[in-house]
Amino acid sequence: MVGQQLVNGLFLGAVYALFAIGYTLVFGVLDILNLAHAAIFMLAAFATWSLLGAGAPLWLAAPVAIAGAGILGIILDRIAFAPLRRRAAPNLIPLISSIGMAIIFGAIARAIYGPDERKFTLGFLDAAPLHAGPLTFTIVQLVILGSAIAFMLGLAWVMRATALGRAIRAVAEDRIAAALLGIDLERTIGATFFIASALGGLAGILTALQYNSVQVDMGAQIELKGLAVIVLGGMGSITGAVIGGFVIGMVETLAIALGLSGWSDAISYGVMFVILILRPTGLFGKRTLRTA
Amino acid sequence: MNVLADFYAAHSKLIDQVGIDALLALSLSISLQAGQLALAQAAFMGVAAYISAILALDAHWSLLPAMLVAALCSTIVAGLLALPVRRLRGIFLAIATIAFGEIVRIVANNLTISGGAEGLSGIPADATTPWIYGTLVVVSIALWLFSRTKFALAIALVREDENAARGVGVDVGLVRFTTLAIGGTIAGLAGALYAHSNFFITPADFGFGRMEQILVWCVIGGITSPLGAAIGAALLTILPEAIRFLADYRDFVNGAILLVVVLFAPQGLAGIRFGKRG
Repeated sequence: MVGQQLVNGLFLGAVYALFAIGYTLVFGVLDILNLAHAAIFMLAAFATWSLLGAGAPLWLAAPVAIAGAGILGIILDRIAFAPLRRRAAPNLIPLISSIGMAIIFGAIARAIYGPDERKFTLGFLDAAPLHAGPLTFTIVQLVILGSAIAFMLGLAWVMRATALGRAIRAVAEDRIAAALLGIDLERTIGATFFIASALGGLAGILTALQYNSVQVDMGAQIELKGLAVIVLGGMGSITGAVIGGFVIGMVETLAIALGLSGWSDAISYGVMFVILILRPTGLFGKRTLRTA
Repeated sequence: MNVLADFYAAHSKLIDQVGIDALLALSLSISLQAGQLALAQAAFMGVAAYISAILALDAHWSLLPAMLVAALCSTIVAGLLALPVRRLRGIFLAIATIAFGEIVRIVANNLTISGGAEGLSGIPADATTPWIYGTLVVVSIALWLFSRTKFALAIALVREDENAARGVGVDVGLVRFTTLAIGGTIAGLAGALYAHSNFFITPADFGFGRMEQILVWCVIGGITSPLGAAIGAALLTILPEAIRFLADYRDFVNGAILLVVVLFAPQGLAGIRFGKRG
């Protein structure tokens, strides 16, 4: 039934949106595509699994892993992007160095955890589903939606009401002018990577909880799906990433409901391709397409 | 001679793989030389791999005609892709072509004729080492002859400064179309050879991971140099096998080499200007 599929799409979309916000923040501020984002998504899920295994409760393990993902983002920036900024490399060179970091992150995870799937032993993952009228959902899904919305509201507050948020927006608008106004570029960029990667890490943890599965390759699908989301929403637009995430999530669950499960990904990528051709600024992108 | 024969016997699989990887690197380097980050080579390769496999399995074609028809098809696919993406530049072109590649992979995953997710198996393994390296030599000679034409100059000019190229009368659209189509041809030849030397193919063989790998080879070898790209492919295919103790760290070594080249040896990258900073 359609209502149930829309609800499922909401949960899937929440994760897509969280992940895509990280992509779009970095793109908005630096004009680069960070293809190591999906690797941090995966590492945060493994970190949570390890912390839980060491006896930490989820309410402690998840925030620690999220903060760790944020710090990893800062490290990623210092290694793979900051040196390139200093020599003003063309903006596709960082794309390639981020692929290098993604490969290294993947290799590290594989060295530590091997290729096998890991599962959580958390009671609430097996709890009976809840019913609200005709709709069915699980406690995990509520956790996903609740934490996703909480973090999105938190991000909206940071971006609108804090000095850091204003600095990030100023740097995104015009880096040189922002520097002239006394904004510390490197600190602002570092903070952007922390926020972006922390949200990516949260998305990874929620995905792992949803499917009760942590795997080295778990980021492969969302890496490209996140691209579809930010293209739809408009690259660089946070609002666009949120709405794009929910739209793509719902389109995919509806496609599955219509018996097109094998094709649902193709629909997302088809939307992405067509939008790039017809409206490269997406739904909310205010930037004009760079023609040179 | 015995030493050589023994070496070949022990490493023929790897030697074949190096030749195919070099072709793939060449196919991407054509687009990169025009400053176009078009990342659909894995899809072109896949299209040709499937078509040549189907021709061999269902119609019992021999290698050469199957390979040529398959490469023709992948050229047409590349040409058709070039039309809608002709106005996209830089990262937008990269993303659109990645989306196209994923769609091709998903189509192969769903169609009956391509065997779905399990792919096709039992493909005659008739793409022997002489076939692979013969193709590599023919492609290399063709590219060398091509590099001496005026059109190759136009390609370099489009890479360096698109507006200047327009100013002196270069048809930028034609350059973009041609480089993508040639890339489609070469990737198609590589795909057919891949299918005919691997016994079986699956859609996963032609996904984004493969595309990333091809890009890594080209970057390490030097983006504007076809020879460099081919050497990069050979180096990264052989290295993990040659140094046994590194075999377990294959990915790590690949990533580290890539990072070191991008960060510390920009000369290989210095010639490109994919997109100006806004």
